[in-house]
Amino acid sequence: MTMSSIDTGDWSRQLFDDLVAAGVTLFSYVPDAGNKRLIEHAQEHNGVRPILLTTEEEGVAVCAGADLAGGKAVVCMQSSGVGNIPNFLSLANGGRFPILLMVSMRGDYGEQNPWQYPMGQAAEPILEAMGVLLFRVNTLDDLGPATRAATSAVFKGGQSAAIILTQRFLGAKPF
Amino acid sequence: MTPATLDRREVLSRLFPNHEDYLFISGLAGSARDTAALTNDGANLFTMAGTMGAATSMGLGVAMCAPERKVVVITGDGELLMNIGSLATVATINPANLSIVCIDNGCHGETGGQNGHTSIKTNLEMMAKGAGIDSTMTIATEADLSEGSRFLNEATGPRFIQLRVKNGPPSDFKRNMDPAECRIRFRSALQP
Repeated sequence: MTMSSIDTGDWSRQLFDDLVAAGVTLFSYVPDAGNKRLIEHAQEHNGVRPILLTTEEEGVAVCAGADLAGGKAVVCMQSSGVGNIPNFLSLANGGRFPILLMVSMRGDYGEQNPWQYPMGQAAEPILEAMGVLLFRVNTLDDLGPATRAATSAVFKGGQSAAIILTQRFLGAKPF
Repeated sequence: MTPATLDRREVLSRLFPNHEDYLFISGLAGSARDTAALTNDGANLFTMAGTMGAATSMGLGVAMCAPERKVVVITGDGELLMNIGSLATVATINPANLSIVCIDNGCHGETGGQNGHTSIKTNLEMMAKGAGIDSTMTIATEADLSEGSRFLNEATGPRFIQLRVKNGPPSDFKRNMDPAECRIRFRSALQP
């Protein structure tokens, strides 16, 4: 099997619609399997723009720039990308820029790739160390409430937050 | 490579005689001081004093959400190289209202003047071109500065300028270093 077995089709539409309803118009991303359908929705929707990044930290700065001009943006990444962004999270923690991260987990529940464990296990402590609020999605029932709580915290409450799509929710990638 | 002759403290006012027509995002250190001196640390400027490598991407976010405004990123050779991939991101999005000006002094002035890659082999204009930004130029002389003003007004965006300057001190300007205050200042001026 070369492709991920993650079936993101059923719930990604709800997630996308909730983010758009919160005012998000820019979806910056480093491609990953967990956020695949979310990005495809952004590519197909006329009112929003996908932004392909070379590294996740670019996306944090894009979110801050969008905010300076009154816009709303998110960064979509795999958990390994969390290791690329801590310094730029100074914009959230010190500058009070509203930063919303969509993190799909690896190195988590059921992982088979040993390379994914170190960063997967460190992702949440790193985000917490930089003051990012965590909203975990373990089941489909968690998704809507977590999304709405995170968008409220970020775009109304002036916080930074991560919606964590766990491998309990996504399923582990088979090899 | 001919030696740089321009003084960094004098170049931005030549390129942007009417600075209030632009929104500026500057990276840290010398770029921030020079841009703050240009705008008198105005509300049309957000400077950084950390987050090295963020300026181009932040400018892209501003340009996409303020498409009617002319947005300028002022960065340095060290800062740009820390996130050189951001030029590819800009090229793919292709924002017509974004210009990137890289003040290239060939060294890390803030930390003691250590040599940078552009003083050895690296050519940033070629890297911008290679990333896919079609409108690029290098400014190294007085005559180039006049051409640079025209380029900023007439070339199709996004635009990239490598602005080669002497290794010397940046503008002696103390700016507001509180990012939360500067964020609110910029937002309030843009959306009163």
